[in-house]
Amino acid sequence: MRLEAHRMHKIVSKEELAYKIKWFEISTPDIAKKSQPGQFIMLITGEKNERIPLTIAGIDSKKGTISFAFNEVGKTTKELGLLKKGDNLENLLGPLGNPSEIKNFGKILCVGGGVMIAPAYLQAQAFHEAGNDVTAVIGARTKKLLFFEDKMKTLSNKVYVATDDGSQGHQGLGFLKDLLQAEKFDRCVAVGPVVMMKHICDLTKPFGIPTVVLLTPIMVDGMGMCGCCRVSINGQMKFACVDGPEFNGHQVDFQELINRQRMFLPEERLSSLLWEKSG
Amino acid sequence: MPKQKPEVRRHNFNEVATGYNEEQALAEAARCLQCPQPKCVDGCPVEIEIPVFIKLLKEKKYDEGIRKIKEKNSLPAVCGRVCPQEDQCQKNCVMGKAGEPVSIGRLERFLADCERSNGSQAPDKASPTGKKVGVIGAGPAGLTVAADLVKLGHEVVLFEALHLPGGVLVYGIPEFRLPKSIVRGEAEYVKKLGVDMRLSCLVGRTYTIPELLKTGFDAIFIGSGAGLPQFMGVPGENLGGIYSANEFLIRVNLMRSYDFPEYDTPIRIGKHVAVIGGGNVAMDSARSALRLGAEEVCIVYRRSREELPAREEEIANAEEEGILCKFLAAPVRFIGDEKGCVKAMECICMELGPPDESGRRRPCVVKGSEFVMDVDTVIVAIGRTPNPIIQRTTEGLETTKWGTIVTKDESGKTSLEGVYAGGDVVTGEATVISAMGVGKKAARAIHEYLMNKSN
Repeated sequence: MRLEAHRMHKIVSKEELAYKIKWFEISTPDIAKKSQPGQFIMLITGEKNERIPLTIAGIDSKKGTISFAFNEVGKTTKELGLLKKGDNLENLLGPLGNPSEIKNFGKILCVGGGVMIAPAYLQAQAFHEAGNDVTAVIGARTKKLLFFEDKMKTLSNKVYVATDDGSQGHQGLGFLKDLLQAEKFDRCVAVGPVVMMKHICDLTKPFGIPTVVLLTPIMVDGMGMCGCCRVSINGQMKFACVDGPEFNGHQVDFQELINRQRMFLPEERLSSLLWEKSG
Repeated sequence: MPKQKPEVRRHNFNEVATGYNEEQALAEAARCLQCPQPKCVDGCPVEIEIPVFIKLLKEKKYDEGIRKIKEKNSLPAVCGRVCPQEDQCQKNCVMGKAGEPVSIGRLERFLADCERSNGSQAPDKASPTGKKVGVIGAGPAGLTVAADLVKLGHEVVLFEALHLPGGVLVYGIPEFRLPKSIVRGEAEYVKKLGVDMRLSCLVGRTYTIPELLKTGFDAIFIGSGAGLPQFMGVPGENLGGIYSANEFLIRVNLMRSYDFPEYDTPIRIGKHVAVIGGGNVAMDSARSALRLGAEEVCIVYRRSREELPAREEEIANAEEEGILCKFLAAPVRFIGDEKGCVKAMECICMELGPPDESGRRRPCVVKGSEFVMDVDTVIVAIGRTPNPIIQRTTEGLETTKWGTIVTKDESGKTSLEGVYAGGDVVTGEATVISAMGVGKKAARAIHEYLMNKSN
């Protein structure tokens, strides 16, 4: 191993996965070598910008790349979406957080929601490679926000699709109750919006299925300094960045997390609006 | 020392103390008696030859003066501002026996600021030794070690996890006490000396210390600081509107949220702010909150004014600006509104018992003395502990139960060969200058180690 001669992390491919959902593959050999499913990176694109955490959604240690997906919802992600293939990211920090526990559990239910379908695919892939029998569920608000159905099907012949509005697949996640009644799963991993992860945990709990979730609360530094990402796990304060991001979903205080996620909503909206206006 | 007036400065983030002009600096320097056996130098953790630089200042040889300081201290503009001189060099000053000691810190700052406006020059470097050192953390300790070692001819790579260098100088100490342009200038100087600075690179994750040692680094210095915030562990601490002082200051200082929305990172400040704790970080948080537009900012401290650990000058500044203090009280729980944001804080009164192991009188709960304060923002400033990432990823590195790294002697030698540590990661939260002092000693020890090490 030697230190990279260059400090730049180059975008080697850019794709649009779904409506306003972008995918970057970044050449960053040293970080790629260390990255594992469940971990994340922090990114800042300019001195005036925010630092944002992004869950790693693809790792190719041979090619020396990692990938991540992001949803263009706020100023930072919209601006990020303007970057092109060939552009360089100067400040990419990682891999951060602890790797997910990946081993042969047996039968796995892997649920991904929204933009987090991307890292859920990486989880499914890792579990598949570890010898698990993977059942995948991908969900989104509506049809045009769905992606990776085909990719999931390469790992499993049991891929379920759900949308909140029923525009594709099942309407809502209620169908899972029947599935859980019909089949026995050894473990469930849920990656997605907090409300979705909460819903999944509520569904699996009565069946006693060990369920883990990947939490990505608001973070400023991403390595233990700010404490903004603190969550209550079984009544104890944990930092998602250094103690997580994977936690036992049945122990998470989701309502508190939902409240904390909303802390800066007005400011986020203002930023986004001003950015749109400045065109 | 000229300062912005309290009623003006409480509304802006500009530097409070505006610094000496030439005339004032010369007048102050003239007070130095040039003692043949100067006591002030004994009080300086980095051994600056104080009377010599003051003499040069007197003679208006400003360039030579700053070069004299920089022989020992690579960050004079910082130290001139944030060192607790009253407890160090100035405490020993003979002039202080019968009046005011010479304002050594302000003179140091004057010379550093002169140089900054005229442009600095890097000194000559020793010839290359062919040895390579990795320094982890670009805070006060790391910058000192890096500068000292590169001047001795070693190749130095400085790893910094954040996107800007400076450590606590850039994320912790507010603009109004230490302008970030000054920190940037000092870091630029260290770069100019030839240090290879790697920002956004987290040792412990991207590379581990054993890997660095295996791949060409002859020695490592760990100066990763005390960056992990502590909380009180009382109910309701995760409500919205409650920040660790670290989060609050990182947002305000590093991310410049006081310039939101020009800068993207927001901060929410309410009308009634409580700051828990009594150290410099608590003062910095309270004064920042005031500048962000809070109507009322109250420091809640469990001991009395006499035990406040903050620097007297900063306490006075805070009081002048209208910061309130509630002494002998501590929060027992936080009360939230329907949205999960804090709306009140229940406290309990304390009284002081006999001294504890820190030598300060121990606060004891007064039973049945609970009272409620209406607050919409709370900043918890009760201390920081070392970040655990390096400790968790470096096998064989001995640590204490508090997570600090164990060092064998003053040089910062750790349980691993060729690995040294210093600053807050060893001592727990302390001062900028003490970290720099340790950095100096470690640099000397590392140099010795490298020169004795066979290839």
